Amino acid sequence: MQKIEQLIKEKARDLLAAGQVTSVIAWQKGEMFYDNAPGYFDNTEELDALVYNAFCAANLSKYLIANTKKDEKTAVFLKPCDTYSLNQLIKDRRVQREQVLVIGIPCAGMVDINKVKAQGLKGIIGITEDGDNLTVETAYGTKQVARAEVLLNKCLACKGSAYAVSDETIGEPMAVKHAPYDRFAVVKELESLSPQERFAFWQEELSKCIRCNACRDICPACSCEQCLFDNPESPLAGKANNNSAEEQLFHIIRAYHVAGRCTDCGECSRVCPQGIRLDLLNRKFIKDINEFYGDYQAGADADTNAPLLSFDVDDVEPGAATKGRE
Amino acid sequence: MCDCHSKDTLIPQIAVITAIRQDTGDVKTFRVEKPEGGRCFDYLPGQCAIISIPGCGEAIFSITSSPTNKDYMEFSIKRCGQLTDYLHEVEPGQEIAIRGPYGNNFPVETALKQQNLLFIAGGIGLAPLHSVIDYALANRSNYGKIDVVYGARSKGDFVDYEELTTAWPASVDTHVHLTIDRAEEGWSGNVGFVPQYLKDLGFSTDKTVLVCGPPIMIKLTLAALQEMGFSKEQVYTTLEMKMKCGIGKCGRCNIGSKYVCKDGPVFRCDELDELPDEY
Amino acid sequence: MWQEGTAVDLKTTITAKSLKNIFFPQIENLLAFERQGQKLSLEQKQLPAEKTIAFGVRACDIASFNLLDKVFLKQPVDHFYQARRENCTLIGLACSEPEETCFCRTFGIEPASPTADAAAWLVGDDLFWQPKTTKGEELTAAIKDLFTEAEGGDKIVAEQQAQVQALLDKMPLAGFALSDEECSKQAEIFESEVWEELSKTCLGCGTCTYVCPTCHCYDIRDYEVNDKVERYRCWDSCMFSDFTNMAGGNPRTTRLARFRQRYMHKLVYFPANNEGAYACVGCGRRLQKCPVSLNIVKVAKALGVTKNV
Repeated sequence: MQKIEQLIKEKARDLLAAGQVTSVIAWQKGEMFYDNAPGYFDNTEELDALVYNAFCAANLSKYLIANTKKDEKTAVFLKPCDTYSLNQLIKDRRVQREQVLVIGIPCAGMVDINKVKAQGLKGIIGITEDGDNLTVETAYGTKQVARAEVLLNKCLACKGSAYAVSDETIGEPMAVKHAPYDRFAVVKELESLSPQERFAFWQEELSKCIRCNACRDICPACSCEQCLFDNPESPLAGKANNNSAEEQLFHIIRAYHVAGRCTDCGECSRVCPQGIRLDLLNRKFIKDINEFYGDYQAGADADTNAPLLSFDVDDVEPGAATKGRE
Repeated sequence: MCDCHSKDTLIPQIAVITAIRQDTGDVKTFRVEKPEGGRCFDYLPGQCAIISIPGCGEAIFSITSSPTNKDYMEFSIKRCGQLTDYLHEVEPGQEIAIRGPYGNNFPVETALKQQNLLFIAGGIGLAPLHSVIDYALANRSNYGKIDVVYGARSKGDFVDYEELTTAWPASVDTHVHLTIDRAEEGWSGNVGFVPQYLKDLGFSTDKTVLVCGPPIMIKLTLAALQEMGFSKEQVYTTLEMKMKCGIGKCGRCNIGSKYVCKDGPVFRCDELDELPDEY
Repeated sequence: MWQEGTAVDLKTTITAKSLKNIFFPQIENLLAFERQGQKLSLEQKQLPAEKTIAFGVRACDIASFNLLDKVFLKQPVDHFYQARRENCTLIGLACSEPEETCFCRTFGIEPASPTADAAAWLVGDDLFWQPKTTKGEELTAAIKDLFTEAEGGDKIVAEQQAQVQALLDKMPLAGFALSDEECSKQAEIFESEVWEELSKTCLGCGTCTYVCPTCHCYDIRDYEVNDKVERYRCWDSCMFSDFTNMAGGNPRTTRLARFRQRYMHKLVYFPANNEGAYACVGCGRRLQKCPVSLNIVKVAKALGVTKNV
């Protein structure tokens, strides 16, 4: 992906130099080789820090909400999956389309440094991408790992190499290679449990929550100007993590609020410091929507009516959701 | 009574509101005592107490009454949020919880002693100064000339109008200067904002000044005082920040490295220059 | 809390969450009110009396307790914290496999020489143990049957210590050091223009504060259970928008102001109030957990408060 990085830099340099955009949003180098962070680039001198490699998982689309409130044009580099989130934000009228220049960039799947570490590697100093393999250099020695085995979970549910929205694209499409993966497999397992077992599962999972709000704050679909959990008048302080009802409410309410708009970008699960499988809540909604209204991918387009926002006489009856699961 | 109240400063004691006075449309003054009678704790003028309303939580308030009064404490409280809304609805006899005292105090026994004192207050900002004024009047011989300049939106917005127009001016060498924002019927006093009124009154600079009021009034008043020749070392004010613990631990009331709940709320104005502009 | 049958992991160097909740739990009830008409009664929760042992604590986490002590044990003492702290015997476990995010040495912490009630070193299948305080001696005496005298133990431990130092020298943050002189310039750092750029991508979530072993801001709140009102204290975060919001306004309305507050506290305010001690132990949790990879190393470098070592 080094070549792509070079192309991105050149593109950004041209755009900034020509004054076509006021700023560019991309990824910038971190302290380690793997902690690349979202970054704003406002002039060409800053572009040396721009980076694009296997550690650019962050979905940059949410930053455009703030940016398009200003009267200026912003360029953003988006991986295929990220374009779905932006398209949904455009559909929700949270981003002004004409104020964004979307440049699609190919992706071969992002690497989860924790999965690399889980292979027993500590003190990781560097990783070189070498086709389907990664060479990991550590303070304790060097080791090869297969990229397919250390991909982020969100990349296992890759939506493919097509862009849902873009003004321009860079490079040739890439494929994310991994073993067959059914993103609804765990949801199906949970559905097969008894309500008591399912409740126990979620109670255990959500009890890990430390109420840091990272899932909400990273989520492109969580775009409310003020979250109800931040409302001082609300009885839900959002801080009492011993009050299990409250943390369950937080995650369940959040899942309801993004239902039909969640593109399954997987950022919530990626950033959770406690490793809670939040994607399962969202995927349950996605699966239900698919079953009740036909396959639907939020963010795939910016025009059609979303199933949860439109009514059709052929729509399923309300009882359908619980049918056969009593 | 159990000894648990003494165990941790975060644990309040039960107190009872014994009297409530409606001062203005949105300010009431509450008299607070121990359920068995007597004052809840010792304090000095300018210090604060944290009042609990179970279910609403806690909030910090300046103690309005002077510590020379050993029987009770008074709090002049403006209605401006959930907890104060609740307080404004209660009847005498209502029990609450209280802890304190918190913060530093005006230096009534050191720097202010034998000085001429100029008190400048705006609106509910009289509350912390009220304690100092009553303290000075109760120990009248320890202080020089006393002037109080007090501004409010209207005549009906002066807190404790009765006392400040009768008891205070009746004391030796004590003068009260009132001003309201806009002219109204039945008001023969000054009309105008405090900073301008100060300049009109033209005080000499042989005074120590204590200022409290809304942030904008404090800022403009400090500018006016400087214009009049007062140095920052002569001026004290109090700051307000959100507080929870009252003991400099919970981390929210800091301005720079100073905690308003512990190092304040009283600051001498030259000390403010060393703080970042974040209040 | 270990229970019979729980598997013990001595391999993990840095745990996901810090250990501060041992003494400063994320949430704890302080008291309960009961209302009857205008009457009110109050019941303080018992101070925790349970004796505990914290085993396997890394040097950075031990150092964080010393920093928290400066807050909670300073007058007026926080009795809830104090009770837990005094009831606990701390057993440090020397690091043998530091991570690339580790920079405890920046703060003078020796990862292979934990200072606790007793220190332990895991070398191969052997655990070397050395009591350091009276509490540590007492515990050692109570479980003396588990130990044998370690002949040549000092040498084995010293070898491991040297290895760890060599490994840390190879880590990316080996040369990261803070300049005491620069960090004392409160006004200059506060006014720095880099805050805007640094805070631009911050999400305003509380991950950094909640995984940090030295962040100690808290909130006190009530919740109602039937006729009772429970008052609890819980972790809070200066990154949250409501943190300083009050009826009269909010002094920190912007993300920049909140982001700046957190780092000013760690690098400037805390040292100013605590004999120069930084409110950081270099555990690297924020480097690992921040969703957008912001961290104190990046901030300090941008501010220019680092020095060469």
